[in-house]
Amino acid sequence: MSVVIDVLSALCLVAGSFFCLTGGIGLIRMPDFYTRMHAASIVETLGAGLILLGLMLEAGLTLISVKLAMVGLLVFFASPTASHALARAAFLRGLMPELAKAEDASSKP
Amino acid sequence: MIHSFSALIALFIFWLLLSGMYTPFLVAAGAGSAVAVLLIAHRMDVVDHEGHPIHLAWHAFFSYWPWLVKEIIFSAWDVSKRIWHPSLPISPSLAEFVPTQNTDMGLVIHANSITLTPGTISIEVAQGRFLVHALTREGAAGLAGSEMDRRCTSMEVK
Repeated sequence: MSVVIDVLSALCLVAGSFFCLTGGIGLIRMPDFYTRMHAASIVETLGAGLILLGLMLEAGLTLISVKLAMVGLLVFFASPTASHALARAAFLRGLMPELAKAEDASSKP
Repeated sequence: MIHSFSALIALFIFWLLLSGMYTPFLVAAGAGSAVAVLLIAHRMDVVDHEGHPIHLAWHAFFSYWPWLVKEIIFSAWDVSKRIWHPSLPISPSLAEFVPTQNTDMGLVIHANSITLTPGTISIEVAQGRFLVHALTREGAAGLAGSEMDRRCTSMEVK
């Protein structure tokens, strides 16, 4: 049973690290401030969430897991507020987003 | 009154969970701290249905959050695919639309949910007007009258 938990936890940690890396690469590849924030939001949702889940699986039903869950809740309530404040501040200072032209080919990955 | 009581219990449980050491002195200190924080919160006038929305708890835990987590996973995966795609297929767009929520609480939940979902960030939030930056044109088009909008409004009337 503990092997199953270990494997699940390792999978979560690896996947979480992958999404953190993805967010970091997106942060470099994206063209302007607002699109970079979209890349960063992957890190704070899936990246942080999966790493916390992996650590909670490893800690089991202990107070450590409860504290990790509290960290998760804090991130999930605070990060959108901070992102919104940042985006709004940039917008009010007159930083206009680079928008796609209307005739661009549709963007399916 | 019910808000004060529930906030006091929540604060005390928060102390107990973080402390993990249950000597009489520390438990009493926790109870004292909970009361002190509650009194300060009362002076700031934040212990009400907005500062401590217990009426939303049931619906939020068992209906809204699971759905929101699912949405976050799908959109984070979509944004990740675009980041790794060699041609970076994004079409940044601004969308302005009218949210259907009436209370500040509902608007905050809706705006925070939009920002928490990768691919969309709420820039301006006001009664009857949301300005949202989306990573793709499709994401911007799907915002007005969305499932999220409907769910936030239905949570608000509860």
